[in-house]
Formats: sequence, structure tokens, C-alpha cells
Amino acid sequence: MIFKHDVIIVGAGLAGLRAAMEVAGGTDAALLSKVYPTRSHSGAAQGGIAAALGNEEPDFWEWHMYDTVKGGDYLTDQDVAEILAKDAVRAVYELEHMGVPFNRTPEGKIAQRAFGGHTRGFGEAAVKRACYAADRSGRVILDTLYFEGVRKGLKIYPEFHMLDLVMKDNRVVGLVAYELATGEVHFFHCRAVLLATGGYGKVFKTTSNAFASTGDGVYLAYRAGIPLEDMEFVQFHPTGIYGLGVLISEAARGEGGVLRNHPGESFMERYAPTIKDLAARDVVSRAIATEILEGRGINGRDYVHLDLTQLGEKKLAEKLSDITSFVKIYLGIDAATELIPVAPTCHYMMGGIQTGIHGRVLDLGQNPVPGLYAAGECSCLSLHGANRLGCNSLLDLVVFGRRAGATILEDLEGLSWDDPPAHPDKGVQDRIRSLKEKRGGEKYGRIRSALQEMMTRNCSIFRTEQSLTRALTEVRSLQEQYKTVAIDNLGVRYNTDLLEALELEFLLGLAETIVVSALGRKESRGAHFRDDYPERDDTNYLKHTLAQKTDDGPRLSSKPVTITIFVPKPRTY
Amino acid sequence: MDMKFRIFRFDPEVDGEPRYQEYTVSAEPGERILDCLNRIKWEQDGTLSYRMSCAHGVCGSDGMRINGACALACQKLVKEYADTKVTLEPLPFFRVLKDLTVDVNAFLDGIMYFRPWLITLSDPPEKERPQSQEDAKRVEEVIRCILCACCTGACPVMQENPYYVGPAALVWAFRHVFDSRDEQKIERLKQLDFADGVWPCVNHFECTRVCPKKIPVTKCINTLKREIETTVKRS
Repeated sequence: MIFKHDVIIVGAGLAGLRAAMEVAGGTDAALLSKVYPTRSHSGAAQGGIAAALGNEEPDFWEWHMYDTVKGGDYLTDQDVAEILAKDAVRAVYELEHMGVPFNRTPEGKIAQRAFGGHTRGFGEAAVKRACYAADRSGRVILDTLYFEGVRKGLKIYPEFHMLDLVMKDNRVVGLVAYELATGEVHFFHCRAVLLATGGYGKVFKTTSNAFASTGDGVYLAYRAGIPLEDMEFVQFHPTGIYGLGVLISEAARGEGGVLRNHPGESFMERYAPTIKDLAARDVVSRAIATEILEGRGINGRDYVHLDLTQLGEKKLAEKLSDITSFVKIYLGIDAATELIPVAPTCHYMMGGIQTGIHGRVLDLGQNPVPGLYAAGECSCLSLHGANRLGCNSLLDLVVFGRRAGATILEDLEGLSWDDPPAHPDKGVQDRIRSLKEKRGGEKYGRIRSALQEMMTRNCSIFRTEQSLTRALTEVRSLQEQYKTVAIDNLGVRYNTDLLEALELEFLLGLAETIVVSALGRKESRGAHFRDDYPERDDTNYLKHTLAQKTDDGPRLSSKPVTITIFVPKPRTY
Repeated sequence: MDMKFRIFRFDPEVDGEPRYQEYTVSAEPGERILDCLNRIKWEQDGTLSYRMSCAHGVCGSDGMRINGACALACQKLVKEYADTKVTLEPLPFFRVLKDLTVDVNAFLDGIMYFRPWLITLSDPPEKERPQSQEDAKRVEEVIRCILCACCTGACPVMQENPYYVGPAALVWAFRHVFDSRDEQKIERLKQLDFADGVWPCVNHFECTRVCPKKIPVTKCINTLKREIETTVKRS
């Protein structure tokens, strides 16, 4: 079928929903989601949303901006960080007015708690800036925005999976989507597409990300010729449940939890003397990995302990009840009395589709691609730089989701209805047919596991020229093997076998851009740490990486970082 | 260890009748039932359909019947079923779309019916609407709902009366009836006060037993009934 809407938003997490609310009523907009909207991965965010409300102690947006820039190891574009920090207060009050059930202070204000990398006085000490609803902050905001969207009459296509972005003469004319319920391939003709498709943590073996986090929008934009930015920066969250990767929020440390090595030492004091366990995530993850490498993991193994025993049952129940239940369910551990085994888990992608401050996707010449917009984790606004701070992601989604929606409304008048190319869905139809016709080929599950293990081994917290070169060889070999993939399911209804096979192309392509971008950055900055280049090198690498698709793989170029107020200086916590 | 599964299979467009298919997979005791399902699908039989996403009990996609009890496949561990064959079936009461995938649209419509959003008539203040810690605590348990539909699937009343709005819709109604910021409490209570509204619940407690987020669902429904009795009926 052919569907026609002025605006198509892809992804029903917080960025997509917030953008949708902005355009709803102003134009004919529709929202596509590969899952039912309330299953979106924004819902897995636990700890909170940052804003300098000053409800618990004095706080100022300037401090928040500084922390964001420093957290990003000065790769953050400072004009973007300024927008975020200034708009945060309004954004959080807006969510409260919509009904988000935040925890409260004794005076009835929104409660706030400490979080990694958020400080007062430009790094003096930790500050309570994270607004939260227990440890299910993302979920309650997601539900609130979803039902608010429904209330506004938003048109939603649930379980519609985007499989191609359709461009003509370097502008967007629509997209191709697969309907899970029927197996039909549809063309969505539109004047504007907003990509809000989230991250791609599934490139790695151990991740806090959902199965749906396969970077569909990022890869499809890249395949359509859009440059990806800063792909080498992958955030490993310090505290995933050992073995599973399920997230234990930084809020656990914000509320007083401490990391301990085998001898029981609270080792973060050595790595970040000022704010210790509340240092930025890359710093804490590297510290854990170092403890493990130096033999101080628990019983010499590859994990450390998170100690929440001093928090007490009441605090755990009121503020951290979900994570308390996760460790009970998956490990049989009582967080009030026992230590929790944790290890870093792939959590967030700082890199993504090159996007300007108004949400417009940019081409290599820094010009907007007509009709194409991006928001949320799939975009790279250069807000999080080389490492994102906790609680800045939910904030990013609602602040820049809203801005992207507003930009689309503003631009729409100048965006004409262009005829799509003939048979815009042909590529997707052919690909599906060839997958279904192939017999006895390779299973996607095996190739995907090989990719995830290989990336975890070679391209995680510590990287070297050697490990990355090996990763590149292996990813290209897996890309070759992928060409032989066959599937079991030839049916039309809820054929997730087919979709998982298609998603693997996206994961492989994104892994390649991560590895190539990481090879290009011969320094250590934020989440990108090179054992062979352990220092930050502002002379040569204070710049963003751009990766453009060519027949020979990603071609790298760079662009400058926007620095307005905070001059780069050594980063210590 | 080897785990034996017996899984409900049905494609309504192709199959006349549902059937059960048997599989054996090796699994570690600490793994999830969802891990086993994935292993079956990825290694043995890609035709199997089920929903999943976050895999740790937050997104609410993988509600199903595991050995007769509604639960999330990502929250149940292999070791809980060590000596038994595990039967996996779709959530009862819901229309089957394929295998373990069910139609949730009517379920979501039921929740929408009670307007699951904050309704205020006054303009918002410049900052937050104040709320005491005590008032926030009233909804602390119900805001855990992840819309997984286990409660509705497990409810014996739903089986007899498909028009009953069901436990999940009532949990969402509770959330806004008792949100001190909402300004339509009486209207909301009146809306709940009808034959297929809050009253069909007769305290089987199945919803409460199966809720993966440990929401005291039955207690919430009883609180709503009492509130209607004392607030609406009295006025």
C-alpha cells in the first residue's frame, strides 16, 4: 500500500513522541514504531532526568552546561550543551504538568538526587540535579507522553518496521516499512521524515539495550548517503548485572552505593578523589576494567561488587525498587544485605546521524538534507561529545525532540510533495524475496553472535591499533558471510525471523563504522580509550569524526568542535 | 541442562487448529525462559513467533502463559522449572495472532477508556504542581504498571465476562483517581461505577498473584470500590 502523510516520525520513544506532540494538530503527522510504543527502549531508563531546578540545594544551568561539556571530554559542542542546560528546567516542569509522577521533597517539590558527573561550582562536589520517579523514570515519562499523544489523536502505526529511506535528488520523499502483522511492504510518501529510532547497543554482546536497539534509522540514513558522526564513542555503563548486562542505575551510587574490588576496597577513591563513585561513566568503567585486569576482580574474575548494603531497606524500596527486584529475580540476591556482582555493559551511543541544533540532518557539506530530521540517540548533535552524562539522555530526548518537531512545522511550507522514484519499495521487496528463496544458508543468529563477541573483545573499553584492525578484518568477513544468510520462516504473519535477518545488515554496517572511526582517532578521549595512545591530543584530535559510506567502506573526514565558554583543560574528577 | 518445551503453535491464516510442538534446548539454570525461546528460534525453528524487547521486565512485551501461569518469559528462570517440561501458551482470553503473539488492541482501548492522562482544569503554575510525599506515595505502587497484560490474561472474571474492563484498566484508573494533581476525581469515579466497570471483580486475586511488578491489583480495585461508595454514592 501507499500511505501519505505530511510528516512521518519513526520511533516511539521519548524523542519521537515529544516531537509528535509538537507537530500534532499543526499538520498531518504519523508515527511508526517497530514495537508497540510503550515497549520503546526509553522506558528502560531508570535514574532520572537532569535539570538545575535547585529544589534540594542551589544549582545553576551554567554548572549543568559545564558538567555536560567536561563529561563529554570537551568534544561536546558547547552551543548545544547551552541549549540543553538552559531548556532543562522548562522541560522538566512541562513533564510534571503532563502528569509524570516524580518523587517529591518534604516541601512537595520535585525531588532530586546526585548522579555521575553532575556537580556544583564547576566540579567542586556532587550536586542533586537528577529528577526522578523511583528507578523507573524513563518508563513513567514514556507512558505519560504516549497517552498524551493518544489524547491528542496522534496517528500511530505500531509494529511497522522501517526498512528503507527513500531519497530523490538528495531530498527525502518517504520511506519503506514492513508491517509485522501482515507481512506487507508499504511505501510511506511524505514531505518530512524524523528519525527517532534510538541506539544500537546490540552491536555488542553484553548490553543494557533492548533487542529492538539495532540502529535501523542510523544505518538506513548512512546507506542513503548521510554522514555519521563520532561513531567511535560507545558508552559502557559501569554497572550492568554481571553476565546479563541488565542495568543497575547510577542512581544506586547517587543514593550512596559504593563499588568494591576483591579486597573490599572502595577503589574509586583512587581514580576520582573528589567525587569518587560519581565520576563520569567512562572514568568509572575504565576503573572497573583496570581493577579486573590487575587481578582485583572478585575472586580474580571479571567483575566487581556494587555495595548497597548501607542504604537500608526503606531507601531501596522507595527509590531503587526496580533494581532491587532485578537482582533478586536474576541473581537471587538481597541488595539490602548482599553485594551485587557488576561489570560494564554497553549502554549508549554518543555517535549517530549528523544533526544540527534545530534537528535538521546535515550532509557532508554541512547543509541540511531537505525533509530529513533526527532526534534522540540515533542523532549526533555533538551534545554528549565523547561521553554522555547520566540523566542527560532523557533530557536530550524531550528538549531536542520538541525542537525537531518545531523545526519541521516551520520548514513544512517550503517542503513540496515530490514524486517518489518508480517502485520505491523494489529494493526491499527484492531483498525479502531473496532471503525467503535461499535454502540451506547461514543462520543469522550465528553471524550476529560472532559479531557481538568480536566487537566486545576488540572494540570495548580498551582498544589498540591491533585489536581494531582485527575487528575490521572480522567484521568484513562477517559481512561476506551475511550474504549467504537464509531463514526458516517463509510465512507472512509476525515473521520476526525475517526482520532479525534484515536487522543484522544494519548491525554489521554500524559495527564497521564504529571500528573505522575508532581506528582514525589515535588518542584517548572520553569513552574512546586507546592503549597505544593513552593521552588526549587536543592538537590533532579536538574535532568530530564523520563517516561517509563508499563502495570501499566508510570514508572518514572531520569537522571542528564548537567551543564557546569552556576552554579544554585536563579532565579529573 | 536439557530443557524440554511444549509450545503452542497457531497461524490462524493457515492452520485449522492450534497444535503443540516439542523442543529440547540446553540451558544454564540462571538463564531466562526467554533465552530458551530465543535459542529455539535462532537455532532450531525460525517459524516460532513471540514478542520481546528489553528482556528484563520493563517493556512488557513477553507476557505469556508458562506452565499455566501468566508471566513474563524474561523474568522466569530455567531453574524454577528444572524438573518439568515447560508448556508455553499465549495469554488466555486474548485473540491469538500467531503462536505466542496476541492482539493487545482491545486491551489498550480498555485502558484508554478511563482517560489515562492527568486532567487539570486550572492553568499550571510556573514551576511544578506541588504534591506532598504522602500523596505521591498513594500511587507509588500503580506507577509500576508496564502494560504487559498478565493480570488481564489471568483474571477468571474476564473469561466469563469479556465486557469487564479488566484489572489493568482499573490500575490505570486508580493511578489518576488518586493522583492529587488530577481535578476529575469524582467524574472518574462515576465513570468506573457501572456493571462492567469496577464491580465485576470478586477478589480471585489472580491478577495480584501474577503481576510481574508486584502491584497489589486486587487491593487497588477494592480501594476504588470503597471510594465510589464513600465519595460518589454519598454525594
